[in-house]
Amino acid sequence: MKRIGVFVCHCGVNIASKVDVKEVAEYASKLDGVVFAKDYKYMCSDPGGKLIKDSIKEYDLDGVVVASCSPRMHEHTFKNVAEDGGINPFNVEITNIREQCSWAHEDRDEATRKAKILVRASVAKSSLLESLEKSKTPVTHEALVIGAGIAGIQSALDIADDGFKVYLVEKEPTIGGRMAQLDKTFPTLDCSSCILTPKMMEVKNHPNIELMTYSEVTKVEGSVGNYKVKVKKKARYVDLDICNGCFDCTTACRISGHVPDTFNLELGKRSAAYIPFPQAIPLKATIDPDHCLMLRFGKCGDGPLCVKACEPDAIDFTQTDEEVELNVGTIIVATGYDLLNPEKLFEYGYTRSKNVITTLELERLISTSGPTEGDVVLLSSGEKPRSVTFILCAGSRDETKCTWCCRIGCMSVLKHVYLLREKLGVDVEINICYTDIRSFGKGYEEFYRTIRGKGVNFFRGRPSEVRVHPENVTIDIFDTTTNKLFEIGTEMVVLVPALVPRADSEEFSRILGLSRSGDGFLLEAHPKLRPMDTFVNGIFIAGCAQGPKDIADTVAQASGAASRAAAILTKDELENDPLIAWVDPEICVGCGVCVEVCAYSARTLNEVTGIADVDEALCAGCGACISACPSNACTHKNYTKQQLIRMIDEVV
Amino acid sequence: MTDEKLKFAFYWAASCGGCEIAVLDIDEAILDVAAAADILFWPVAMDFKYKDVEAMEDRHIDVCFFNGAIRNSEQKEIAHLLRKKSKVMVAFGSCAVTGGIPGLANMSDKKGIFETVYHDNASIENPDGTVPEPSSEVKEGELTIPEFYDDVDTLDQTVEVDYYLPGCPPPTNLILTAVTAIIKGELPPKGSIIAPNKSVCDECRFEKSEKRITAIKRIYEVEKVEDKCLLEQGIICLGPATRGGCGAPCLDANMPCTGCGGPTPNSLDQGAKMISALASVLGIDNEETSSEEEVDKMIDDIVDPLGTFYKYGLPSSLIKRRVMKE
Ligand SMILES: Cc1cc2nc3c(=O)[nH]c(=O)nc-3n(C[C@H](O)[C@H](O)[C@H](O)COP(=O)(O)OP(=O)(O)OC[C@H]3O[C@@H](n4cnc5c(N)ncnc54)[C@H](O)[C@@H]3O)c2cc1C
Repeated sequence: MKRIGVFVCHCGVNIASKVDVKEVAEYASKLDGVVFAKDYKYMCSDPGGKLIKDSIKEYDLDGVVVASCSPRMHEHTFKNVAEDGGINPFNVEITNIREQCSWAHEDRDEATRKAKILVRASVAKSSLLESLEKSKTPVTHEALVIGAGIAGIQSALDIADDGFKVYLVEKEPTIGGRMAQLDKTFPTLDCSSCILTPKMMEVKNHPNIELMTYSEVTKVEGSVGNYKVKVKKKARYVDLDICNGCFDCTTACRISGHVPDTFNLELGKRSAAYIPFPQAIPLKATIDPDHCLMLRFGKCGDGPLCVKACEPDAIDFTQTDEEVELNVGTIIVATGYDLLNPEKLFEYGYTRSKNVITTLELERLISTSGPTEGDVVLLSSGEKPRSVTFILCAGSRDETKCTWCCRIGCMSVLKHVYLLREKLGVDVEINICYTDIRSFGKGYEEFYRTIRGKGVNFFRGRPSEVRVHPENVTIDIFDTTTNKLFEIGTEMVVLVPALVPRADSEEFSRILGLSRSGDGFLLEAHPKLRPMDTFVNGIFIAGCAQGPKDIADTVAQASGAASRAAAILTKDELENDPLIAWVDPEICVGCGVCVEVCAYSARTLNEVTGIADVDEALCAGCGACISACPSNACTHKNYTKQQLIRMIDEVV
Repeated sequence: MTDEKLKFAFYWAASCGGCEIAVLDIDEAILDVAAAADILFWPVAMDFKYKDVEAMEDRHIDVCFFNGAIRNSEQKEIAHLLRKKSKVMVAFGSCAVTGGIPGLANMSDKKGIFETVYHDNASIENPDGTVPEPSSEVKEGELTIPEFYDDVDTLDQTVEVDYYLPGCPPPTNLILTAVTAIIKGELPPKGSIIAPNKSVCDECRFEKSEKRITAIKRIYEVEKVEDKCLLEQGIICLGPATRGGCGAPCLDANMPCTGCGGPTPNSLDQGAKMISALASVLGIDNEETSSEEEVDKMIDDIVDPLGTFYKYGLPSSLIKRRVMKE
């Protein structure tokens, strides 16, 4: 029989004013198994803790029930006190007589009666509590960052600066992400490359960063502290150690000028041997297997010109995909975003006119390193447009497409107005069709005000249609500020498509066991308090992979994620909370229901034993698998069915 | 036990009679039973009277195999009588163990059942509205029949039970295990269920992979049953929530388990466990984006939930019966 002590807290007057704490203690002292019961003004204070510790010694207690506030507040405190007092902390049971009694009831007698009943239930459970030990997991002091846009770059640099090795995996041949495609950035109009490329160089030169470009994560196993990750390094057909980034192969390529330039959103052409842009990191060539004649047909004229041109002899057509395995302690996912395919916005004419483009395409036209070397021209004629009309929220804030706000559209258009005035002069007509102008960030409203003075026509509303004519296009829009229907004739239309999850995000989130929110972006563990955490312990998210955001927010979140990751990497061992699921091997048949319901990827089927395992490092003790287990093979340690039924029996 | 022959009794209460056949299904092993035991009472097969049993000394019978649930006064009386006269009481078959199919009558009560059986029924003509009464006066005197109860109870809700042999009917191998253990005097601890701890899945021939169910189907709606876990094909199979030992013969015939083995160890409620499991994985692929209506639609595809999840266990479940309002 357990020797239980019951400690009833007044919580100042918080509890004592509505619950007769002395009566509760008196009542508790007579319950089966209770050898000592006492009330005290603040049980969470030092003297309160001392009372508990001393009583454990004096009465040789092996179970402690504290009737106080919610376990969310002080369960930890009391467990530590009990441990100091020399008993296993998992023999502490909290009865919440504040939130559930004194704060919830007006009638003192009733509140006191309820407190007694709850204490009785806790004492009954306490007699069944088991001592548990915390298991420990050693930590691999290395991190993996997936995606090398500005988010991934920032996270990798932060962790590397903290002194830990980082693998940075990027699926494109170069790092930089979307930011590398931008010209200037709002609201300060810094040149995007000027602020991005130094960071890219830093990544390249950092001794703690191992860069793996043109690579993809294919499998993730294990748990916080010890992830095993498989990475596929796609064949580049160029030896990275030898290539010196001289661009000779790219100019020599037989089909130079015939391959759609993906970096420039196919606005221009490149060769099959290519380097995406002059500041690419690594500055190494890649051979595009979808177009290279050698790779497609095994033959390129009388011999591949790139090989001939390559002085150091770096090209190697025999290369194959390679798989490497990494061991890391934590993972940051920073895979960014895509734009909604504008072809889905049929009414806006993207498929019908070359002069209807997207903002990202406009970024490439404005950029001096872009396909037109910075000339903003009509794609149909190569002439400068005399009028440009922006359509904001193309697919965003739209029940039928993407319900969310893209958070960068308004500001990017205001930025473009500024740049177009610079490039095309004051005479070009600029119209903006908007829903609301959302200029919420620091300095954004001021920037908006500057642009309002730049002679722009603002129409508030959503165009119903973009009609394409031989000479120009016309846009029908009902302006809700003047209540008038306008027909805008314009030469160039720039759509601001919604920001959407990466096309492969569903499959990708499965590989990592991550959940996604309704919009398809990766789901954070708590929208306010744990915005960088996921439900999988040890995997964090940063940047637009979590949801649309601008560069400033992306970088802030990336640094946040890095520090969350470093908090794990600085430890040698992780303690696992033992209040987790447990599987009875005598009952489990490995039906696999638990595996599907576990949000933390903690449940797997053991191929050898045929039953379901619990990964102690990953299990968060949420209980989903326990209620889902059809065979009743799963129990929650110290919340067993027997314990809970005993409590219910005492109450009813 | 001693060299003396064992004394067995068999009884049939509220059940279909299949359990009686199951006893014979042990084939020639019945001869071993006959060699080892005398049968003192077996109304279905031999002519004994209740008064013969009443005349026995208490605990005269070594083992009583009692099948069927308790739904009238006669069954209750005999359960008490046999309990008194037997050293070991075995609840034999789903009806005795968990309530069985007759237990589904707990969805109604005496009044409701009589209404259907004696009044509101196309094949009945009963202008006087006659219903059975426990006692009726006729000119020869008083006639009595057993009283029909509102509730169906399990055997152990009526008398103390020593062992349980679940199944509809209990599988012959388990009957043999039980009988052999009795003959050899190697009985497990009192209160044991004579069946393995693992669920039916342990014995099922189908491969298991991912339990992500997109839609519920009834067996006839499946064009061709694939060679994989039926649940994964959307067919409600109670296998994982049901105690095994049967060898999963239903699954061998491409039919889902309907749960006759009763709950797995420590399970409070077989039906609730299965509902909870199914709710956890049905539509899991789109759970974040599914609308209420879509979820309702998926659930509506479960025809006859009570008969599906509580086919054999309503009286022993947490809900036990429907609350009948006057
Ligand atoms: C037209 C336009 C203009 C903009 N202008 C501004 C501006 O002026 N100022 C501003 O603050 N913000 C601006 N933004 C927003 C800005 O682009 C984003 O805030 C920023 O790029 C987000 O960075 P990221 O690293 O999260 O994502 P990304 O830049 O998308 O980077 C993600 C990286 O991950 C890689 N990746 C994806 N999937 C995988 C995978 N499975 N495995 C490995 N790697 C993968 C991608 O190749 C990419 O390199 C603009 C956006 C648009 C569309």
